[in-house]
Amino acid sequence: MAVNMMTAHQVTQKVFNKEELFILDVRNEDAFEDWKIEGEYFEYLNIPYFELLDGVEEILDKIPSNKEILVVCAKEGSSVMVAEMLSEAGLTVSYLQGGMKAWSEHLEPVKVGNLKDGGEIYQFVRIGKGCLSYMVISNGEAAIIDTTRMTDIFVNFATSKGVKITNVFDTHLHADHISGGRKIAEQTGATYWLPPKDAQEVTFEYAALEGGSVVTIGNTAIDIHALYSPGHTIGSTSFVVDEKFLLSGDILFIDSIGRPDLAGKAEDWVGDLKESLYSRYRALSEELVVLPAHFMIIDELNEDGSVAEKLGKLFAKNHGLNIEDEAEFRRLVTENLPPQPNAYQEIREINRGKITPEEEKQREMEIGPNRCAVR
Amino acid sequence: MDVSKVLDAKGLACPMPIVRTKKAMNELETGEILEIQATDKGAKSDLAAWAKSGGHELLKDTEENDVLKFWIKKS
Repeated sequence: MAVNMMTAHQVTQKVFNKEELFILDVRNEDAFEDWKIEGEYFEYLNIPYFELLDGVEEILDKIPSNKEILVVCAKEGSSVMVAEMLSEAGLTVSYLQGGMKAWSEHLEPVKVGNLKDGGEIYQFVRIGKGCLSYMVISNGEAAIIDTTRMTDIFVNFATSKGVKITNVFDTHLHADHISGGRKIAEQTGATYWLPPKDAQEVTFEYAALEGGSVVTIGNTAIDIHALYSPGHTIGSTSFVVDEKFLLSGDILFIDSIGRPDLAGKAEDWVGDLKESLYSRYRALSEELVVLPAHFMIIDELNEDGSVAEKLGKLFAKNHGLNIEDEAEFRRLVTENLPPQPNAYQEIREINRGKITPEEEKQREMEIGPNRCAVR
Repeated sequence: MDVSKVLDAKGLACPMPIVRTKKAMNELETGEILEIQATDKGAKSDLAAWAKSGGHELLKDTEENDVLKFWIKKS
């Protein structure tokens, strides 16, 4: 039977549409345990490819005949081999083009809303890793917030919309993924904004983004108001876009809150995190739509694949916003934390411009989930 | 180390380093040592896991100038 190729985009659509899929993941057991393709109705079987070199007969009875089957490996090669063996055994199967490497890098643009005067805001869902970037478009100009390393996608998207990228922001110095902010700014001539308290050791020029700064996109009315909200990092800054959207960076997520330990200062920053979430955010309109920089679990996705919720609803439902007791809050964000993101210290060094490993190395460093949140 | 055979798997992408390793191991006697040279980074965790599941002993592994070397003793 036939062997088909499935792209990361096609798998993403299955996640968004809550379709069924049977995933035969032929990576190592450790790699599978650590990180896999998540979907609400996905089923899994993990058998390393090197257990299948003598044939697939032994696993045939574990593979359903009534479901679409996708074979997945790290880079593609092994999944093609296993898919061909299954095909010879009479099954129709697909393999994931580019493997988990492509899954980690795939970005799916989703429109999250309209702005005044015909402007738009898009969320770029990095489905495999749980990172979210944003593009604000207004009157021929675009601003990008929390860009990923795959900068072509943003540049091409702006071109397809016929807009010029004029401003690029990072809400904070990221520890889980490599920022593409500086690269896009260099390529397009845009201004690259960073919170100065997170940029103390950077090796390049940037524009200092202070709390209270206002940057106008297009020459009409789309303003980006910076709101200093430390806690995940000391410089962490949120943005209120068009008085409607709250880009919360890694401070507040849909079903979790930011962890304060990735710069090694959990104890020091607990107070800042609490103040940001319980005082500074409380002072904002509950009608603001929160757009975070990450999701942790697939349940945080809306029907259309976007990750967004009104601030008022999060105050009611997000556990991390409902812990009045100081000591309990401190425990939640400093004890029993999940493992840190892969290579997080080196990633911080890259984002400061201190080291620049070759692309393949950067890709490897980003393997795995983001792990920036605590629940 | 008394190496019985050297397998050059440099430049080969996954799954070939392990496919070749398995084949080479079949030609060895119990207790003999195979040296594998590879450049595919994934080989590191995969070869270790493969050796373990087959009962072979991974005696040593090194990385020098982007070349990974492994020494596996056949069970």
